[in-house]
Amino acid sequence: MRITVETALQHGLSADEYARIEATLGRAPTLEELGVFSVMWSEHCSYKSSRAYLRGLPTTGPRVLQGPGENAGAIDVGDGLAVVFKIESHNHPSFVEPFQGAATGVGGILRDIFTMGARPIANLNSLRFGSIDHPRTPFLLRGVVAGIGHYGNCIGVPTVGGEVSFDPGYDHNILVNAFTLGVVKADRIFRARATGVGNPVMYVGSRTGRDGIHGASLLASAEFDAESESKRPTVQVGDPFTEKLLLEACLELMSPALSHHLVAIQDMGAAGLTSSSTEMASRGGTGIDLDLSRVPLREVGVTPYEILLSESQERMLLVVHQGSEDAVRAVFEKWDLEAAVIGTVTDTQRLRCTFEGKVVVDLPIAPLTDDAPVYERPAVEPQSAEDGAKLDLRELPEPSDYNQTLLELVGSPNLCSREWVYRQYDSYVGGGSIVRPGSDAAVVRLPGTDKAVAMTVDCNSRLCLVDPYVGTISAVAEAARNLAASGAEPIGVTNCLNFGSPEKPEVMWQFQQAVAGLRDACVAFGTPVISGNVSFYNETEGRSIPPTPVIGMVGLLEDASQHVTQWFKSEGDAVVLLGRNREELGSSEYLAVAHHQVRGGVPWMDLEIERRLIRAVVSAAREGLLRSAHDVAEGGLAVALAECCISSETSAPLGARIEVEGGFRPDALLFGESHARMIVSVRRRHLTRLREIARRDDVPISVIGEVRGQRLEIGDLVGLDVGTLRECWRQGLTKALAGSADA
Amino acid sequence: MRWGVITFPGSNDDEQTAFVLERLLGETVVRLWHKDANVDGLDCVVLPGGFSYGDYLRCGAVARFSPIMGAVKAFAERGGIVLGICNGFQILCEAGLLPGALIRNRELDFLCRRAHVRVEDADTIFTNRCRRGDVLDLPVKHGEGCYVADEATLRSLEAGRQVVLRYTDAEGRVTPEANPNGSLGAIAGIRNARGNVFGLMPHPEHACEWIVGGEDGRKIFLSIVASGTLAAETPVPPVSSKVLSGP
Amino acid sequence: MGWLARVYVTPKVGVLDPQGKAVQHSLHALGYPEVGDVRIGKYLEVRLADVSRESAEVRVREMCERLLANRVIEDFRFDVDAEPAS
Repeated sequence: MRITVETALQHGLSADEYARIEATLGRAPTLEELGVFSVMWSEHCSYKSSRAYLRGLPTTGPRVLQGPGENAGAIDVGDGLAVVFKIESHNHPSFVEPFQGAATGVGGILRDIFTMGARPIANLNSLRFGSIDHPRTPFLLRGVVAGIGHYGNCIGVPTVGGEVSFDPGYDHNILVNAFTLGVVKADRIFRARATGVGNPVMYVGSRTGRDGIHGASLLASAEFDAESESKRPTVQVGDPFTEKLLLEACLELMSPALSHHLVAIQDMGAAGLTSSSTEMASRGGTGIDLDLSRVPLREVGVTPYEILLSESQERMLLVVHQGSEDAVRAVFEKWDLEAAVIGTVTDTQRLRCTFEGKVVVDLPIAPLTDDAPVYERPAVEPQSAEDGAKLDLRELPEPSDYNQTLLELVGSPNLCSREWVYRQYDSYVGGGSIVRPGSDAAVVRLPGTDKAVAMTVDCNSRLCLVDPYVGTISAVAEAARNLAASGAEPIGVTNCLNFGSPEKPEVMWQFQQAVAGLRDACVAFGTPVISGNVSFYNETEGRSIPPTPVIGMVGLLEDASQHVTQWFKSEGDAVVLLGRNREELGSSEYLAVAHHQVRGGVPWMDLEIERRLIRAVVSAAREGLLRSAHDVAEGGLAVALAECCISSETSAPLGARIEVEGGFRPDALLFGESHARMIVSVRRRHLTRLREIARRDDVPISVIGEVRGQRLEIGDLVGLDVGTLRECWRQGLTKALAGSADA
Repeated sequence: MRWGVITFPGSNDDEQTAFVLERLLGETVVRLWHKDANVDGLDCVVLPGGFSYGDYLRCGAVARFSPIMGAVKAFAERGGIVLGICNGFQILCEAGLLPGALIRNRELDFLCRRAHVRVEDADTIFTNRCRRGDVLDLPVKHGEGCYVADEATLRSLEAGRQVVLRYTDAEGRVTPEANPNGSLGAIAGIRNARGNVFGLMPHPEHACEWIVGGEDGRKIFLSIVASGTLAAETPVPPVSSKVLSGP
Repeated sequence: MGWLARVYVTPKVGVLDPQGKAVQHSLHALGYPEVGDVRIGKYLEVRLADVSRESAEVRVREMCERLLANRVIEDFRFDVDAEPAS
């Protein structure tokens, strides 16, 4: 077949990129080689539009054992253990086929974790859908949630937290970001560096078929248009049972008795065999020879091109020591999995693939990885940005009935209970879940220790649209607050940066701003960024999603029994506000839901104040002072108080009598989304000590009420029976979905 | 007592079951692989929760033909104690060691939540540390937990007091809302006629520590321990009948 | 000579079929009020080689009884047709 520029364009490469390929090789590429370039130079694999802007993130620290560069990052948590975690997107496939797209997203991130030798112990996910009224949303929501449940439940990793939001900005581009955290002995982290000339390269797991051909280059790197439906056949189909076997087999091979056989291991994810072999050789400074005829195939007549690009799931690539092939095969055969030697590590620094004796690929590694194109795309602040001007409250009518407004908010799609979602997830398997979905963060025990990790995923995309820099800082701050509210000290961050097309200067400006915000916030909180993912091209017919930098943050509890949950515990406890209220309503959920407006700038943010609040809350938790803790976020103070009253799944709701601070317009006080605030409840006798801690850290503190009775009373503005509040909150999603045609 | 916990390909709660028995209750546990040929020297065999063979074809349909199941059947025929939890219950029904079948939840979705079950018969190997009428707080997490059997079988189960646990609310009342999956007769767990084989859908192994939600699950394991103890006078660890709440 | 056995496994009459019910409601919602009861089962294709037709039929029946259908809750029927060996 004659390769021309047209062929290259069909593969998603630009004319310039094709010219670069020909110049690098000194000849035209074969079809197989063109395929290899098209996936390795795709946005998803090469990060060509983002690499230049990602420099400058804090990626090191005393606890960091592995930063960005491997399949996931690793952080030391003491007791000889490390946690390995990352978040990844699977946006485009999930829009095309929500069940399998979400399922394979979970499968992919799980493999990134266990390929490092870590047993996954927790999954979380951040989901964004269009407006709940959009005709396609219920179908997508049901499919995605079912897919995540299907894969996570079957493989036996608990799904313990996450976030779900609805916004018209995602009507045509949903976001599915999957996070996994695993545990490994700190001195037994496995890496993916092909070393040792002559070492065999082995393929293990499912047979290869034609799944997802061009998934990396076409789906992840291209926006949707009217023909997107026709991409359906290329969506990958996952098999969680096979991945469970693969997980157990790999961990068995990595155990002390057998790991001496293993040199390197990487999962075959986006761009399958091509990316895993190329990246392993690149990291090792070596080359790889592959005989594609030896790859186990699922169908007849699969071509070498298809073998190289297939994204069939549940496969891993191993480099083993010479003489270890039989021992490795025995482990995989015990678990009824294929294991085949398909190649060798060389010193050529080239990727060389043969098929039935004929050379189909002979490429230098460097241009595919380290020397792949890097674009410093123009970044220009948009002229007509979202109205960032502060809201003049006088322009806004006040609600006539605050009870009604609170009920409306608490039952609204973005604030109501997510029980409909998470009851489809097994949050018990593994036996370590201390705080399951429904509180500020998930908390899972670290096996064999007294410790626990807390995890959360957060982003408020409305704020990011108005001001991507402050919006991203706010996301990091919210994550840190959620961890602190659970009693955990934040120790590390992963991130999934979801944006529109990088070829648009205003989108690159958003990206640049977001990365700057991520950098500044992570430096302030002392949380290095150890892994992450960039997803560009989330747009349809020219309309981009709001900038959505999803933050995954992990915290450590030295003593698992000191975990704290969100809901009030007993009558008579004092309700305390840490932090200050401000009179602002910009970009709030209340403004959107009650007034159908999105404007007014972003709430005021000060990283130093946030940092001190975190410090104070973590200290208080460590001293056992906090009966409950809940950060104030979307919905503001009144919604946070309502949640404290009603969100427990195991105990009956409790009421509270809350005094209102004077000098504020009531709706700004109740529903404003000012940062750096936490609602905690404490036994009265601990108030003195809590005040000492607050004073030490210069955190404003005020006793605003007490837990009492069966009504939530806020001044004379709100007086609601907690049973009524709870029903409204619990039914929110179910009611919103009941209207949809999908049964 | 010597306990065997079987791992089938796809079993997920085997690890937790072994942990509870060995580390929390101090029992002797042998880990069994589904290809093992025998269960010699064991007093109780546990088929744990999970997705054996990915629930392919039907839940438990393939696992029931695993090599070890021959030994489990013979063991049950000799009077050995067999406990099937969730997927284990499904496997026991497919294998014919318990009557009936488990099909898709009435609401069709996988459901993970706390459930309450009432002890219908405390005169069994599995519930003798409870009193009749006690309500246990145990989690359920399954997509195919709806127990069905034909009319004759159901009548026979009730008449023969083979229904050991029934779904109820926290106060012990059988209501539609309290039934997580639509099981006929709100049946959550049954024993065979002889009384040595017990299957239940809720997960006692996930309710043995207050820090993960509650301790009612211990009662089931301690009941088996009590039955398996040879001498009647041998002291048995006290059962905490209170669910300890957190700090 | 090879055989293709087409096996149809259906829920027994009287057994709960919540999926069937859900599909019935969906069809009604999509504008097909004429739809009555819907039952959902499984269709399997089992290819056999190197046996006689008689033997194929006997053995497929056994396969259904032992594994392919759960006789507590399911019924089955099947056809066996010749398929040119590939």
